[in-house]
Amino acid sequence: MTQILSSIIDGLLIGFVYGVAAMGLTLIWGVMRVINLSHGATMALGMFTTYLLFSDLALNPYLALVAVVVLSLLFGFLIYGVALHRVIKAGYLSTLLSTFAVNMIIIGLGTAIFTTSPRNIDFSVGSFNWGGIIFTGTRLLAALAAVVITGALYLFLYFTRPGKAIRAVSGNQAAAELMGIPSSQVLALSFGLGTMLAAVAGGLTSTFFPFTILSGASYQLKAFVICVLGGLGNPLGALVGGLFLGGLEGVVPIFMPVSWVTVVEFVLFVLVLVVRPTGLLGSK
Amino acid sequence: MNPFRQSGLWPSFLLVFLVGLVVLALRQDTLRETAFTGLMFIGLASSLNIIMGYTGYVNFGHIVFFGMGGYFGFYLLSEFGWPLYLAALAGGVMAMAIAFIIGAAVLRLRGAYFALATIGVNQAAGAFVSNFEPFGGSIGLSINFSAYDRYGGAGQALWLSFILLWVVTLAVLVVSYLVKRSRFGLGLIAIREDEDTAMVMGVKAPRDKTKAFLLSAFFPGLIGTLYFFKNGNVQPDDAFNFQMSLEVLVMVMLGGNGTLLGPVLGAFCYEKLRDYLLTSVFFKDLQLATTGLILLLIVLFVPGGGVGWLRKRFPELRKWLE
Repeated sequence: MTQILSSIIDGLLIGFVYGVAAMGLTLIWGVMRVINLSHGATMALGMFTTYLLFSDLALNPYLALVAVVVLSLLFGFLIYGVALHRVIKAGYLSTLLSTFAVNMIIIGLGTAIFTTSPRNIDFSVGSFNWGGIIFTGTRLLAALAAVVITGALYLFLYFTRPGKAIRAVSGNQAAAELMGIPSSQVLALSFGLGTMLAAVAGGLTSTFFPFTILSGASYQLKAFVICVLGGLGNPLGALVGGLFLGGLEGVVPIFMPVSWVTVVEFVLFVLVLVVRPTGLLGSK
Repeated sequence: MNPFRQSGLWPSFLLVFLVGLVVLALRQDTLRETAFTGLMFIGLASSLNIIMGYTGYVNFGHIVFFGMGGYFGFYLLSEFGWPLYLAALAGGVMAMAIAFIIGAAVLRLRGAYFALATIGVNQAAGAFVSNFEPFGGSIGLSINFSAYDRYGGAGQALWLSFILLWVVTLAVLVVSYLVKRSRFGLGLIAIREDEDTAMVMGVKAPRDKTKAFLLSAFFPGLIGTLYFFKNGNVQPDDAFNFQMSLEVLVMVMLGGNGTLLGPVLGAFCYEKLRDYLLTSVFFKDLQLATTGLILLLIVLFVPGGGVGWLRKRFPELRKWLE
């Protein structure tokens, strides 16, 4: 029984991190109507930035995350400027393909530089035992960081001028432009924020799972599933969806072999898309 | 008007026809292998073009039909000793059946939602087959060698599979051309431009979309069976390779989405490019990044692909470049 509970709690804690990655994806979709196929690659970059800062500069991984935040925000602006600004009005096929091209470039360069051998961050903050249920320290901290990030994102979107501008553009871009909101800058900011969330989620994941430059792909797919569960364009839904998926990953292995988890996830994904494309939490 | 009297079909048809003739005349094994891959991608890209180019539904799961049809056909010919022709046809029909089931659900979605759902379908299909015991689970199936004996040994069987693939690829081109020239194809193009308006104008969008989806699924099923027959084994990672789905998509975009010649040229150029990058000393490690860069440049600056650009630049060529 405690083992089952442990596995569920582990799943839930990881779910917070999934949620952060999915929030980035859903923010980009909600504001820009872009399905960002470079999300996973950005997560992998977050993992590697954290790893390099930790192993080469002996920086604490949680301090390294601060550097990840700044770098990835700038990186997001760069991607927007190079790959998206020109085609943002050309429809979803163009943006899908341009972000996919960015993904290929990142993965290609990453493979050439880092190879695909697995890395891991050898860092532990201990764990504590509560009535037989073991909480791993790094996972607890990651979940905590995820909650802080979600709170910060909420405050930013609702109580600051740039945040309100993002929501305005998300609601109606033409009207927002008429009100004098510089939509290009807002789109760049949204993409930067989305990229940042991905990289941070990657950095957090790297503290408890081994990874390669290709690891991002599977997390990206999970992020899609989560976005659809929570409703595309709904950041809070993304966090809830993340928890749900994490919990599911904790529960499913109890009833069937672990390899079925993916089948369950994607069947659920397609079902939700078909039955309720606005997400389980979304309004009709 | 007889569509074959017009010139649009012939550049693509003759190109593929000549490639096959040259390979059959020279009878070299390495050349055949290269041509096999090339023709396979031409067939996959051209069939994807029916749903993506004409109808405007971006399918990231095209390879599901290749994998599922291929698995089914392979299973029949290896375990039950079906002849290759029948098994390949059965693979195609199986792919259509799967397309019908999937389509009933996902074709109701539009635009990016459809694209997202097909990503999910691709992953779900791969994960399902890796766990499906009759198909050998994650190990896959290996061919029963007696399946080759019927055709006079493995060497002859490989040539046979090449010839069949050649015929199938030509058939894809003819079908794709006929669709584009037909009233049905016009309906599809109307759906691509504006589905609601098309429906108001009397296009039966749900029915036509499903037909286009089934048609685009049939050929990958056939090609899959031939490919795995040639390889002698089939594994989930080969059959449901998301990367390959994306590569086929890139080929269509590279050549020109919605054109007949585009997927042919796109597949050809992509293959050549990849071979060059993989074998060159400088680009060997940067193959993926370079491909990505080229794709990015095309999307940003030549959204119509090669054929689209030519049609725009040289209007007098239009009757040849369908």
